[in-house]
Amino acid sequence: MLDETVRAIRRLTRLAAGATLVVLAASAARAAEPADPYPSTYVAAATPALLIRGATLLTGNGTRLDNADVLVVDGRVAAVGHALAQPAGARIVDGTGRWVTPGLIDLHSHLGVYPSPAVSAHMDGNEMTAPVTANVWAEHSVWPVDPGFQSALEGGVTTLQILPGSGNLIGGRSVVLKNVAAVTYQAMKFPGAPQGLKMACGENPKRVYGGKGATPMTRMGNVAGYRAQWIEASEYLHDWKDYDAKKAAGGKAAEDAKPPKRDLRLDTLAGALKGDIPVQMHCYRADEMAIMLDMSKEFGFHIAAFHHATEAYKIANLLAERGVCAAMWADWWGFKMESNDGIEENIALIDAAPKGCAIVHSDSQEGVQRLNQEAAKAQARGVAAGFQIPPERAITWLTQNPAQALGLQRQIGTLEAGKMADLVVWDRNPFSVYAHAEQVYIDGVLQFERGLVAPPRSDFLLGQPATIGGTP
Amino acid sequence: MNSRCITRLAALALAVIAPLAPAHADSVLLQNGEIYTQGPAGTLHGGSVLIVDGRIRGLGEHLSAPPGTRVVDLKGRPVTPALFGGLGQLGVVEVSEESATDDGTLHLGQMRPEFDPSYAFNPDSIPVSVARVDGVGFAVLVPGASAGAKGGPGSSILHGLAAVTSLDGRAPRPPAALSVSLGQDAEALAGDSRAAAYMLLSQALEEARGGQFAPGEQRLLTPAGRRVLARFAAEHRPFLFEVDRAADIRTAVAFAQREKLNAIIVGGAEAWRVAPLLAAAHVPVVINPLDDLPESFDQIGATLQNAARLQSAGVVVAFTLRGSPHEVRKLRQAAGVAVASGLPWAAGLAAITNTPAQLFGATPEFGTLAVGLPANLVVWNGDPLEVTSLVDAEWLDGQERSLRTRQTELRDRYMERLRAGRAR
Repeated sequence: MLDETVRAIRRLTRLAAGATLVVLAASAARAAEPADPYPSTYVAAATPALLIRGATLLTGNGTRLDNADVLVVDGRVAAVGHALAQPAGARIVDGTGRWVTPGLIDLHSHLGVYPSPAVSAHMDGNEMTAPVTANVWAEHSVWPVDPGFQSALEGGVTTLQILPGSGNLIGGRSVVLKNVAAVTYQAMKFPGAPQGLKMACGENPKRVYGGKGATPMTRMGNVAGYRAQWIEASEYLHDWKDYDAKKAAGGKAAEDAKPPKRDLRLDTLAGALKGDIPVQMHCYRADEMAIMLDMSKEFGFHIAAFHHATEAYKIANLLAERGVCAAMWADWWGFKMESNDGIEENIALIDAAPKGCAIVHSDSQEGVQRLNQEAAKAQARGVAAGFQIPPERAITWLTQNPAQALGLQRQIGTLEAGKMADLVVWDRNPFSVYAHAEQVYIDGVLQFERGLVAPPRSDFLLGQPATIGGTP
Repeated sequence: MNSRCITRLAALALAVIAPLAPAHADSVLLQNGEIYTQGPAGTLHGGSVLIVDGRIRGLGEHLSAPPGTRVVDLKGRPVTPALFGGLGQLGVVEVSEESATDDGTLHLGQMRPEFDPSYAFNPDSIPVSVARVDGVGFAVLVPGASAGAKGGPGSSILHGLAAVTSLDGRAPRPPAALSVSLGQDAEALAGDSRAAAYMLLSQALEEARGGQFAPGEQRLLTPAGRRVLARFAAEHRPFLFEVDRAADIRTAVAFAQREKLNAIIVGGAEAWRVAPLLAAAHVPVVINPLDDLPESFDQIGATLQNAARLQSAGVVVAFTLRGSPHEVRKLRQAAGVAVASGLPWAAGLAAITNTPAQLFGATPEFGTLAVGLPANLVVWNGDPLEVTSLVDAEWLDGQERSLRTRQTELRDRYMERLRAGRAR
């Protein structure tokens, strides 16, 4: 159980104004960059209205409603409450004994970029040819055929952030996907979702490059490496602003203005400085997270979340004060020195800090299938340590909080009117090893139903004797 | 055996033994629990366990306590034997990525079945205590396999000796099995072909069994290796064959039959496809119940139903994970996942208690609860296969164990700072 660089070897808070602002910000960012040249082609199918009646609802924002209904119209949550009226033609789902939650969000996934089978040809997650590859986009590595997408869906995961690996100081851009069957990644791409910027602290970059006698070889080399990049990106951004100002001024100055030479790497870093690209930072140790927080102040960008963050509990107050989420495992620890202080109460302690933002992530094709169980383990440990963590609170770790870290809190993460109707119908309280997702909806469209026999979604598994049964 | 009968037997046992046991401060009566003995006594509903001087002296439904006995009302909570921690390098690897702390894999580039990693077992290893406080009492230390890094020497298809370890501070038991790669992992150790693994293993067996060699002829094994391999084959000790693909399992079983070896399949991601063969050949399987993706071309048929299908076909199934010693505590979650995927609950518990104890010779001390045995048991606050359940109390080798570890020390230090608003 190692993080993804090892597997490869072996195998926003600031967007409070919401959806419209995301789009506006994205277009404003085009001073340097043209509109997304690889646009989403995802369109949710039209479906009749859906009414789930009489279920236990965990709305994702800390509320629990018993014996309540959810109404979905045109792929959006239309209403949540008791005894909702049934629109004509609506599909009715009996929620008796069932629990309904928002679709789960995995903030840290390498599905598609480290797909199964984990053969050498599939190791597409880490461009470990230079310590800074801010120019690469994870989406250009995603193999939509990865059978792991289906397994994740069966565990209730409707949205995934696919990240480049952590072998580099700055690994590249992430992509947010809807977990739908598709031939191309564009048809999975979450419309309008900001890309993220993957950065990595600590052991991985220095092992990858230091091991070759290159920089960075040390943690101080890591930090010098990031800072040089931010200095360049700040100049690049300044040049573009200067150009934009001249163009806006009109007249001779506008005619003579020459645009700076476009640079894919600096486009990404400038996007992070402008706040269009949330920074997703792989960092285990508390002291290193504090260094990164100082660095983000030095250059004026915001860190959306620290990922893995096995020592986040040591600085829970600091993270909360700075509005930075921590995305964590329930019980991974010790596989490398920087994870040696991992404890099972990490998530609960982040959650307990005033304004703390705790997220349960997977970073694993196995863990993503049972994020509910991972949260359940963290919940149980937290309760045993004396914290009040009812199910309606624990579900925020898998829904509202990761939505915030993605800058998508206005679209997904809670069952509130107007949100995308990504939801999971569970056969019981989801915080149990015995819980199953019975139905999974994305934008109101039923994407998985337990017990329905269907051919595998993955082309790779189609027609394989081993999946069909019988003896060889 | 029904529970009434059990009670009578237990009462009889108590009647014989109790008078011999003096009233003692170390006497504990755990009353009114759900006692999963995993042995002939079955499950005792509203049952009790009497522990005197570290041994189970009573097991039944209406036990009386000798004077001075501490009585604990379990209020229906479950009691199980201390759990199995699976196969792996617990106790010989501290931090996986730090090779200086990893003594679990031989990198000599030679075939050394005599390699015994238990010499390196460190009972003070932090992963050992972390597993212990989650109810794990015993594990099987199996050497790792490695093709060698950056052209350096690696192990061989014969990884070495496997031994039962107890998580109570004692030294490992004498080696009980031999670990062998025969599937995809064997390729890198056998000239890039899994077929060659059989060629090498056949030659090694021939050497061990005293085949005639010309002077100076190249041999695979050292004299010690020949002795170990010959003894394990002759004594029908388990050969742990690491294979996943159905066809490889079939080939491995046929090979074992031809060579008269006692095979246990380890891995077995596609074992369900050859379940009737495994049942007929009485070959047990140790699987990771979480394997459900085609992570390699050996695991195309991996499914969460593997355990349930094997069990219903009559195959003996035990569980292990495939990861680092740090995740040993996750094995009971994996058992729960198998149960959620169709395995009967009792079979799920057996696969992490009595079944592996029997397979690896850790019985009777581990895997079951019976009168006369040292107390190796766990009191749970709920269903032991449920992820939200935690250990309430634990006895290993007769002693009640502290549930504190380095991790609980870290927790308490920083929980205190968080409460004071000083976690920064």
